[in-house]
Amino acid sequence: MRVPVRWLREYCDPETDAAGIGDRLDLTGTELERIERLGVGGREGFVVGKVLSAEQHPDADRLRVCAVDDGSGGEPRTVVCGAPNVAAGQTVAVALPGAVMPDGTKLGEAELRGVRSSGMILAEDELGIGPDHGGTLELDDGLAAGTPLADALPIDDEVLELEVTPNRPDCLSVYGIAREVHAATGAPLGDDPTLVETIATGDDQAEDHVAIEIADPEVCLRYTARVYEDVTVGPSPAWLRQRLTAAGQRPISNIVDISNYVMLECGQPIHTFDLDEVRGARIVVRGAEQGETMTTLDGVERAFDAGMALIGDAEGPTGIGGVMGGQVSEVSDTTTRVLVEAATFVGPNILKTSKALNLRSEASTRFEKQLHPENAMAAQRLTSRLMVELCGARLVPGTIDAYPDPQEPRVVELRMERVLGLLGKAICEDEVVGRLESLGFAVERGDGTLSVTVPYWRDSDVQREADLLEEVARTHGLDKLPVTLPARRRAVGRLTPRQRLRRRLEDALRDRGLHEVVGWSFTSPQKLERARLGDLPTPPLGEHAARVSHVLHLANPLSEDQSVMRPMLLPGLLDAARENRARGAGGLALFESAHVYLASGDLDAPEGSPGGAMPAAEGHHLAALLTQAAPGTWRREPVAADFYAAKGLVEAIGSVSGVALEFARGDQPYLHPGRTAVVSAGEHRLGLVGELHPEVADSWDLDGGAVFEMDFDALAAAAPTVETFSDVTSFPVVRQDIAVVAPADVEAGAVRATVLAAGGDLLADAQVFDVYEGEQVAEGNRSLALRLEFQARDRTLTEAEVNERRGAIESALAELGGRLRG
Amino acid sequence: MADAPARLEEIRAEAQAAIDVAASVAELEDLRVRYLGRKAELTGMLRSIKDLPPEQRGPVGKGGNEVKTALERRLAERIGSLERAELDERLRTDSIDVTLPGDPPPAPGHLHLITETRRAIEDVFLGLGFSVAEGPEVEFDYYNFTALNHPPGHPARMLADTFYLSDDVLLRTHTSPMQVRSMEAQEPPIYLVVPGKAYRRDNDATHTPMFHQVEGLAVDEDITLADLQGVLLEFARAMFGADRRIRLRPHYFPFTEPSVEVDVSCFQCGGTGFLGAARCNLCKGSGWIEILGSGMVDPNVLGFVADNGYDPERVQGFAFGMGIERIAMLRHAVPDLRLLFENDVRFLAQFGS
Repeated sequence: MRVPVRWLREYCDPETDAAGIGDRLDLTGTELERIERLGVGGREGFVVGKVLSAEQHPDADRLRVCAVDDGSGGEPRTVVCGAPNVAAGQTVAVALPGAVMPDGTKLGEAELRGVRSSGMILAEDELGIGPDHGGTLELDDGLAAGTPLADALPIDDEVLELEVTPNRPDCLSVYGIAREVHAATGAPLGDDPTLVETIATGDDQAEDHVAIEIADPEVCLRYTARVYEDVTVGPSPAWLRQRLTAAGQRPISNIVDISNYVMLECGQPIHTFDLDEVRGARIVVRGAEQGETMTTLDGVERAFDAGMALIGDAEGPTGIGGVMGGQVSEVSDTTTRVLVEAATFVGPNILKTSKALNLRSEASTRFEKQLHPENAMAAQRLTSRLMVELCGARLVPGTIDAYPDPQEPRVVELRMERVLGLLGKAICEDEVVGRLESLGFAVERGDGTLSVTVPYWRDSDVQREADLLEEVARTHGLDKLPVTLPARRRAVGRLTPRQRLRRRLEDALRDRGLHEVVGWSFTSPQKLERARLGDLPTPPLGEHAARVSHVLHLANPLSEDQSVMRPMLLPGLLDAARENRARGAGGLALFESAHVYLASGDLDAPEGSPGGAMPAAEGHHLAALLTQAAPGTWRREPVAADFYAAKGLVEAIGSVSGVALEFARGDQPYLHPGRTAVVSAGEHRLGLVGELHPEVADSWDLDGGAVFEMDFDALAAAAPTVETFSDVTSFPVVRQDIAVVAPADVEAGAVRATVLAAGGDLLADAQVFDVYEGEQVAEGNRSLALRLEFQARDRTLTEAEVNERRGAIESALAELGGRLRG
Repeated sequence: MADAPARLEEIRAEAQAAIDVAASVAELEDLRVRYLGRKAELTGMLRSIKDLPPEQRGPVGKGGNEVKTALERRLAERIGSLERAELDERLRTDSIDVTLPGDPPPAPGHLHLITETRRAIEDVFLGLGFSVAEGPEVEFDYYNFTALNHPPGHPARMLADTFYLSDDVLLRTHTSPMQVRSMEAQEPPIYLVVPGKAYRRDNDATHTPMFHQVEGLAVDEDITLADLQGVLLEFARAMFGADRRIRLRPHYFPFTEPSVEVDVSCFQCGGTGFLGAARCNLCKGSGWIEILGSGMVDPNVLGFVADNGYDPERVQGFAFGMGIERIAMLRHAVPDLRLLFENDVRFLAQFGS
């Protein structure tokens, strides 16, 4: 909201500068965004002048050489002027050399086609008080030459740009802001300009000219109308043009300007009709029928949804209620009979309509916040005064008032003990009453309780005790509140095991050289396709993924690039890798810890609370992409990341989590078919690790890379919260190395599992520590070296026991096609 | 064997001479075998002591063992000194250029600045007795708006341009939906912070369509606006320095009443608004920097969970919400929001060690 300070001071002048007013508003809930200076740079050098003569310039068709009396008593000043309307006898606005113009330049003397001009006769836009550049600004002839121009015209002003919160439609008006300034500073408040009634003349009644009906009270609470005859359409006076310009509205004609001015002064949008163009002299407020169309004032033909508020006449729609009028009955230069509408539309309906039509107007931004029906009549009174004063109109007696369900003023109880109870500070009753009264509330004192009547302009915002307490707190001053801490009798703070695990895993990856990235939660179907993830419903990984059917699409994405929710973190990591490569980065090791999203059914909600249900299958993943396992140095080539580099990190994750991970050959379209493993723990599938499929790597301009993506939720569920002691120190370990020769296609995992099974409970561990293929073993075979650790928890093992187990291992391996070597 | 003692002396002399001239460990090992091994003369003599007349057994046994001990000691000394000499020689030839760069240990990576900041915020509130909770980002309209006192058609819904997935489901526009989810799940008292992602349909120099927030909620029997001020003052000092002050400015949020915005005194100019003669660029000369929105939980919000012990006549509390990006940018002098989402490793490597 732009509030011109001169206008504001007419109603409340705290005798401080604009910044001072802004500060007080800032600290009472109306945020000051900035202060804009308007008009000329300084008042000096701007005077009223009289044009004594205006002669054709000898060398320029479009210029005139004027002699101007500037009131200094000396010789007339010579001013060259380009305005077509300049003529002898006019009273004009003159800038003298040295005057500072609105754009900050200092006016000098200038030679124009051989004639020296010492000053400038000004048009409205040159003063920054209006848009007009058509000709000189003609002033009242009663003004004496030499009068400071600032005494005649508002040539300098400031504008407070305020952020008005949506609960305060009353502050979308200059008088509303004046009320706030009054409450915030104690400066006296001028009379409410809407209270003055204008005398109507004539023997007719408004009802004789037009019939009004609210056909649908669901869209309109009140509809008032007044009728004016003998209207003269023309330009508005300079003061009005300046106020509108300062407030950010373009002056157009007195009728249009009045409707804007009334809205800006009291917050109630009104609409003016050319009554002769209202067909059938009848106005009906109703809900639109589906598909009905009309051309609005901006020249756009619009189609309506059922239930939108329409204003119609006998033949069809003439305006969208509360949003924008139609062309049919628009006021024109030849209009002489005017119908003024001041109505109260239903806020949510207006909000829905302006959203659906993508049409927001000054009117809709006020109506959508729910104005009070009283304001409609207030606006009619203000309008009447201006119509009579500025358009020479005759106000026809009577106001047509369709108000099916008149509202009583709201009364809210305030228990004084709640002041201390909620704010933490006691404020005495006299002050509470005074503060509320300064805001326009009427207060009746009771025993420890105040009975507070809410003024109509605050009705939508102040309905409960808490709302009154806010009024008291903000005007009392929040800076005067004490600083305390909650007693916190039964609350303790700690991270959950899951939250601690998440931190430990992120730290573990960080400490192993990975950089954490934050990728967008959005991606595009094309990108998923390119990452070979487009074939979902293949569940990518994890428990929750098995329940899902498809990715989630946004109904209103910002762009196609960000139109679906990512089902995996991998595409974001690929993007980050490519962008870093493009910026010249070398080897990369990136990870992300974030949510992924898939649909888990339809996206409907139950009636009322969903009871904690989740609308989608959303889970937390932990994923990494490596292009390099170790950087190069002067004595070592860089080591490119391969499957085992990524697997090593996954093993570290397992170890940090305390979860025994299992790896089995896997297959995913975006991973190397021979270098992919599924990570699981018991029944639970936890993730994937593998090298990027060359086509995927290529399409992200990468030479290759290894990745893993883990379902953190499943991992956290599998992780023990407390480790349990195991006695591994009381009895000695017997270590033996064995070499197993087996066909090369027998996986190490199978060999190890066989060994562990055959070793039974006496075999504490078996780890592969070497792999050999070559001359020493037969073609098509390889030799795996395993280190065995035999240990019993309750005794020292005998040689015979170990040998017995070793024998069992040997026979089990034979069944697998393997044998012990050497 | 009347000459046995003499023979022992001869063996000792001969062996000692040989040991003293031996030039290598290997040679000494040979000498050990020759003089002290199983087939050595000395070993034989000691073994056959039992065959001697009783009066000779003592002197020969004693003398023989003395010789054996002496030779063993001599061998050990010589082996030790030769080994030391050999090691010294090997080390002399094993020298390297000590001026070449060392092997870098595996360099640690970095947490993202958003993560680091989120954890710092969490830790402040953990210390103040708050728990940490997270919730879904794909959210029901009910939790994001309706139960937060934004009924359908409420103008405050216009404040946040929302991404929708269906009529009923959206991307949460703030972390506040967890207020209601948490109160549905846990009876009062509740002290909670909720970090997480949120989304708004905005994309310009100061807005990204995805951003991070931390929500706070405290509901108990007697929590006041003054308590809110105390908690947020502790937070501001923990994050921005012990000398900071805060100020509350009245504002409007549909789910708090009264609502306030919270400013922290500028930590660049100390709240004066000036750096020397120049206007402070961080606080734009005001001395204050807005850091979060807050207020007392609106009774209507409590009304939605009244069945779970949140009768608005019996409990009350405060809620707040802050942008992690904003806190991070202010604390670390990051000039441009975009930097937080470009994932440039040169940026990432500056934070979160």
